[in-house]
Amino acid sequence: MLRLVGIGNRWRGDDGAGLAVAALLSERAPAGVDIVVHEREPVELIETFDGAAAVWLVDAVRSGAPPGTVHRIDASEHFLPAELFSVSTHRLGLAGAIELARALGRLPPRVIVHGIEGERFEAGEELSPAVEAATRQLAATLEAEVAAC
Amino acid sequence: MSESRTKTIRTDTLARVEGEGAMHVRIESGRVTEVELRIYEPPRFFEAFLRGRDFGEAVDITSRICGICPVAYQMSAVTAMESLCGVTVDGPVRELRRLLYCGEWIESHALHIFMLHAPDFLGFDSAVAMAREHPALVTDALALKKAGNEVMRVIGGREIHPVNLRVGGVHRAPSKRELATLTNGLERAREIAVGAVALVANLEFPDYEQDVELVALAEPGRYPIDAGPRIVSTAGLDITPPEYPDHFVESHVPWSHALHSQRVGGGSYLVGPLARFATSFEHLTPLAREAAAGAGLRPPERNPFRSIVVRAVELVHAVDEAITLIAEYEEPDAPSVAVEPRAGVGHGVSEAPRGLLYHRYEIDAKGTILDATIIPPTSQNQTAIEADLRAVVERSLELPDAELSRRCEQTIRNYDPCISCATHFLTLEVDRC
Repeated sequence: MLRLVGIGNRWRGDDGAGLAVAALLSERAPAGVDIVVHEREPVELIETFDGAAAVWLVDAVRSGAPPGTVHRIDASEHFLPAELFSVSTHRLGLAGAIELARALGRLPPRVIVHGIEGERFEAGEELSPAVEAATRQLAATLEAEVAAC
Repeated sequence: MSESRTKTIRTDTLARVEGEGAMHVRIESGRVTEVELRIYEPPRFFEAFLRGRDFGEAVDITSRICGICPVAYQMSAVTAMESLCGVTVDGPVRELRRLLYCGEWIESHALHIFMLHAPDFLGFDSAVAMAREHPALVTDALALKKAGNEVMRVIGGREIHPVNLRVGGVHRAPSKRELATLTNGLERAREIAVGAVALVANLEFPDYEQDVELVALAEPGRYPIDAGPRIVSTAGLDITPPEYPDHFVESHVPWSHALHSQRVGGGSYLVGPLARFATSFEHLTPLAREAAAGAGLRPPERNPFRSIVVRAVELVHAVDEAITLIAEYEEPDAPSVAVEPRAGVGHGVSEAPRGLLYHRYEIDAKGTILDATIIPPTSQNQTAIEADLRAVVERSLELPDAELSRRCEQTIRNYDPCISCATHFLTLEVDRC
């Protein structure tokens, strides 16, 4: 099973970028690809890993790069920089969830993380223009990448 | 001639507490001269921006104080407003709110016991490192947290910052069938929780007892969670929530952005699992009491390092009671009752996972909030935590610095401090002179 997981909070501007990519792909995902929208606690992502041969994760990030920049990390080979995906000192973020899954032996063989650099994370449903363009471009790239898998 | 030596041990980042802070311990010639729990997370001014808002808004505004215990803030807020306006919420709606609160206890206690505190006892720097050696433990923790999260989602609308509580009741009462979906997960969680008590009871605990007043909410026949008519202590305190300000006072210390709370007339006190266990042990469910007995616990438990066992017993209680509340739930005729504002002052107290949480509001006849005071458990525990640190360091001077630092961090985590609530994370400094 191949799985694509969009992560985020649709009510917080560009934090909805991952969800937007999942929504775009759900309209045109190749057969055999499971599209998941994850709006819950990052640690619960581990459940979305179970039974998957490959997982693509898409989330918004804030690193200081220009809005719309897409960061790609092969998490099957590299540790995720925690600061890129840190949401809270209270909870494990995306990086923590992936490292916990790795420690538990529950990380799928292939895990690719895409982080879309957000611009504004205030209340509201709209993506900023650069981020919206990035979600469309990434959806097209992922569609081709997943199809080739 | 005595030799005066100063030594500094400093841990700049103390992990696995909620919020941002630091700790400083100074040791001069083998004596501890300074202990400061430095909470440097900026103040967040919640009390100030509640002023001018409608009395019905406090529930959702104060929820934002904490991502771990939002229901605690919500319940203390609605209780204060309801008592102020002469309304009592009981029957199925109260039970539903208590069930939601049990969900928060399950989630919060599971997080602290397994992911934050257990690594101290088992010698790991993080839950991730612990997961490599003890995968079953962490898998169990995730299952428990999920059971709690599900309760929060089904009743609260979502697992973090639930949106279903309101002054007068809830916005929407779930059906019996919706609640029944939670039972399987909770039954599994109950087995795990019972196992967790036995597991943590076998950890190694430093030999240390504290003699501090333990303060908790009390309700006849029930373990204190969502509400209660009295505030009681191991030193004989027995007051109503409106009398709280007469007995407890907040003061500012230079090294912390969180106010310290003390008993009027001086003296530290402690709220949280040890306090509830000491004052309401008999109201734990039979299963939780049995688990406590099996772990060799008897009230009052005065070794703060054993709070992890007490917390596990409370976890059994919360899961066990949640299952009962679901089984006995009857859909209410109406999800809420109308609450008309009246000018006055209201007090609301509930038991957050970390301890007693007090809210006080003054509103006018239109329901506009004129004044708000919120006293979270971590503020109340700060003085006692510092006293504990002092005592623990004094007894552990022979330890090498790195080990002493770890022991200090473990001591702080005995209290599952939520620094975000108190003003968020800790840095540790030890000076040896």
